[in-house]
Amino acid sequence: MKRTTIPFGPQHPVLPEPLVLDLILEDEKVIDAIPTIGYIHRGLEMMVERVEYTEMGFVVERICGICSFMHGMGYCVSLEAIMNVEVPERARWLRLVWAEISRIQSHLLWLGLGADAFGFENLFMHCWRMREQILDIFEKTTGGRIIHSVNRIGGVKRDIADSELAAILAELQELGAAFKETARVFGTDPSIAHRLGGVGVLTKADALAVDAVGPMVRASGIATDTRLGGAFMYDQIDFEPVVETAGDCLARVLVRLREVDQSIDIIRQAIDKMPKGEGLPIENRPRGLPSGEVFTRLEQPRGEVVYYVKANGTKNLERFRARTPTFANIPAMIKLVKGCDLADVPNIILTIDPCISCTER
Amino acid sequence: MSFFSRSPWILHYDGSSCNGCDIEVLACLTPLYDVERFGVVNTGNPKHADILLVTGSVNERNIEIVRNLYRQMPDPKVVVAVGACACSGGIFARAYNVQGGIDKVIPVDVYVPGCAARPESIIDGVVQGIAALELKHRMTA
Repeated sequence: MKRTTIPFGPQHPVLPEPLVLDLILEDEKVIDAIPTIGYIHRGLEMMVERVEYTEMGFVVERICGICSFMHGMGYCVSLEAIMNVEVPERARWLRLVWAEISRIQSHLLWLGLGADAFGFENLFMHCWRMREQILDIFEKTTGGRIIHSVNRIGGVKRDIADSELAAILAELQELGAAFKETARVFGTDPSIAHRLGGVGVLTKADALAVDAVGPMVRASGIATDTRLGGAFMYDQIDFEPVVETAGDCLARVLVRLREVDQSIDIIRQAIDKMPKGEGLPIENRPRGLPSGEVFTRLEQPRGEVVYYVKANGTKNLERFRARTPTFANIPAMIKLVKGCDLADVPNIILTIDPCISCTER
Repeated sequence: MSFFSRSPWILHYDGSSCNGCDIEVLACLTPLYDVERFGVVNTGNPKHADILLVTGSVNERNIEIVRNLYRQMPDPKVVVAVGACACSGGIFARAYNVQGGIDKVIPVDVYVPGCAARPESIIDGVVQGIAALELKHRMTA
């Protein structure tokens, strides 16, 4: 049969980012997909040679505007490990709270984009309306909507007053209650089930074989989550990874829906357990220059991210490297796209929650 | 009556942005800001667009894409550079693969500052873009 090649991207309505795939089709069936990268490559990792380690955190934050808090946190945690800095307990809790808030933000953002891709513009608007409330919380506490710059090597830049934390929790719980109605539509609407159910199935064996991460792998029935490792105060939090077994596009939506609720619960526990009071230390500034190397792992909204930092005792780091979750999920995406209908391609691509600027840096 | 007083159609291209500005461009369309009530439509087709919103800087790879999109847009057309990276390269100006702001490739009419640019300032940039569009139309009419 005659083969057709359809270019997908770099400018495509379904995704604001330049994802580029060459889809090779036989009739309506996709038989192969060839990704091309480099459209967002900036050369961020090499900037360590030109930017001092104290300022590099602000660059690392801009790996991606969606999980910027967690990227900044990953960088600071790595440097703290190299420089043997003891971070004050309250600062560690505050980081956890902000990290979970950004997980909610990212999931709401993605649920909106996903809804838009399967033709529910109304749901898209609802998700993004709720996301604005989260951004307001960020703006109130950090000063920025997207880029927060609140992490520092040794702690955090700003404290949140106890009364404000309580107010944030109340606001989040209210949002969680309102979100139930939206989640009900995602979970029960027959046309969504028809559009996403059984589409792009990643079996448990395949998920392990291609080393997928995050909600992608949890939707295929594997209970893995970097947070279970217990670092960054997660050992004091009671939670179970959200797992679905179907492995299709719908399962990936459901995992993220339930993770929104889970994050609100984690924030509740964190605010409960955090040391209270005014004027508690939130920063322990390191002295000297970093020397040594470290790996750091974090669970981002899209899955596990790994940072490698090597310092050689000068102001500039020798090497900074990040393995971002989307990079780990691209082989799974290519696997799913092969054999699907052309009309399902946008949904499959979106359900891995691709972040191209993370991947290419 | 002015020809371009309202309802500009917008084409958004993400250069090498970190997503921050892209997400804010999208946020302009959603309920809190909702520019669609003014007739601003985000189109995927360059031949339908009046205003090109570019976020992020240009690099080796996307330089031709930006040129190509600009060439396909009908005259008169306006380019709005959104965010520090699109204006000058921003924090990534020193990165080896970043060539600088969008004005290295195509003429820019409006510069929107910010990292990330706030939705309010993006909307303001588009409104100024409409004025530039009107001016260009008068000059060529």
